[in-house]
Amino acid sequence: MESINELTDLTIKEAHEGLAAKNFSAIELADAHLSRAEKANEGIFAFLNIAREYALAQAKAIDQKIKDGKDLPLLAGIPMAIKDNIMVDGMECTSASKILENYIAPYDATVIKKLKERGAVILGKTNMDEFAMGSSTETSAFGATRNPRDLERVPGGSSGGSAAAVAARQCVAALGSDTGGSIRQPACFCGVAGLKPTYGAVSRYGCAAYASSLDQIGPLAKNVEDIQTVFEAIRGADPMDGTAVDFQLKPEKKQKYRVGVPKEYFIKGIDPQIEAAIRAKLDEYQRLGNEVVEISLPHAEYALACYYIIATSEASANLAKFDGIRYGHSAQKAKNINDIYLESRGQGFGPEVRRRVMLGTYVLSAGYYDAYYVRAQKVRTLIKQDFDKAFLEVDAIVAPVSPTLPFKIGENINDPLTMYLQDIFTISINLAGVPSLAVPCGKIGDLPAGLQIIGKHFDEATIFEIGKQMQR
Amino acid sequence: MLSKEETQHIAKLARLGLSEEEIGKYQKDLSDILGYIDKLKEVDIEGVAPFTHSIEVSNVLRPDAKTERTKEELEKLRSQMPQTKDGYLKVRSIFEAQAD
Repeated sequence: MESINELTDLTIKEAHEGLAAKNFSAIELADAHLSRAEKANEGIFAFLNIAREYALAQAKAIDQKIKDGKDLPLLAGIPMAIKDNIMVDGMECTSASKILENYIAPYDATVIKKLKERGAVILGKTNMDEFAMGSSTETSAFGATRNPRDLERVPGGSSGGSAAAVAARQCVAALGSDTGGSIRQPACFCGVAGLKPTYGAVSRYGCAAYASSLDQIGPLAKNVEDIQTVFEAIRGADPMDGTAVDFQLKPEKKQKYRVGVPKEYFIKGIDPQIEAAIRAKLDEYQRLGNEVVEISLPHAEYALACYYIIATSEASANLAKFDGIRYGHSAQKAKNINDIYLESRGQGFGPEVRRRVMLGTYVLSAGYYDAYYVRAQKVRTLIKQDFDKAFLEVDAIVAPVSPTLPFKIGENINDPLTMYLQDIFTISINLAGVPSLAVPCGKIGDLPAGLQIIGKHFDEATIFEIGKQMQR
Repeated sequence: MLSKEETQHIAKLARLGLSEEEIGKYQKDLSDILGYIDKLKEVDIEGVAPFTHSIEVSNVLRPDAKTERTKEELEKLRSQMPQTKDGYLKVRSIFEAQAD
């Protein structure tokens, strides 16, 4: 058996080869990651729930398969962590909210079913911003996650627990969800890779809905190869999600790619050190024989305002189901049914969720619908057209993920607008429905910097190829 | 700036029971955010169609048939209910008794 440190350093491919060669067992692999997660959880708090027994039982079944000489899928025996808004049958699923504090998932999300079919070992559920609303994992009702690269700083959000678990080598890969940057920004802050797939590439069945026209489930992992492996496993049509479709990944690789850099993304507000790191990476990429050209996404500066109308409108409708009547926190002492609604929701939702539900309710209310919602949907059309036009000229677009390095815990939590500006470079990708891959691009001091590679609809293959070159 | 009454009205529509202090806080927060959102008024949207889907979508159909649930599946759902009676969800009465 290899030492525990070595086992938790492995990528999916390396772990798979080790299991197949019987260098170590799936139980040893799971135990190494579980022990690391348990030991560090007080400090980092990546996990809301570590399911040791459950994980070891799954690993045992994989060891039996190996012993019997059965075919071993790439993900068989691979320890994975799951964001707590994705349902795993029989496990608590809280979306980091008091309103779902004791909720037990009654079935598997489609992505979980797919992972289980391939033998992935689920270690537990990771912390997040409450209902995925936040950019720092500080809005979790159960406490903030800390960035394993610097414990004074946030891991980003909302999938901060998943990103921290991968970075701290507490799992080999993880699932998150991305509505406005919630996979890419924490991946960037923690120095790992993360993918927001094309809207419709992955089923959302069994994932707590935040903003249904923007939400996508996607992987976080140590490198782009692993991202691709998990993405291939979870994607595809699903009778339970009418927006999920099957598609072929483009098989041909180009000798060189033409990459666009949007001039609107390198203006005031971006940390000059991050810009320098990305420019250096682009120079290097160009020297490898690829082409880098400046492009324009003229409506980029309106994406954030557009997002906060559309996302909160959808959230106010999606979160209406938490009524204290059928499941979740219920204010049973309330005197009548209306007070059950008011008190269950008033007590159950945290401050950021209430803020967004209020905003969504307001912009959809009588007299304001056209001024806010319809106008935002028209601007969204223009934002998508910007991407359509840009992709006539280039294979992919490279941009920063976050305008800043990971900030300190508590620094922005009382200033919603500053916190919202965290997502200024990630949000237009969700509005347009295109895929985007975040990869690390060097360090500034001890803190990781990252960039994102944005692709055409259903062209994850191209951004994987470019990502593999850029992550080196 | 949103008024206190407007903020209270939104909380009522959203079915959120909030304290006076919270109403004051959200009155300020929402006003700030709405101020930022006003930026969208700069955009020329003349003749632009509202967005519907980012990808091409088509109708997804299934046979109009009953799906069976096992006892265990139903029990999992029932066990989440705050109050039950004879296997049914129990809800507070929605009409108040009329005083004579």
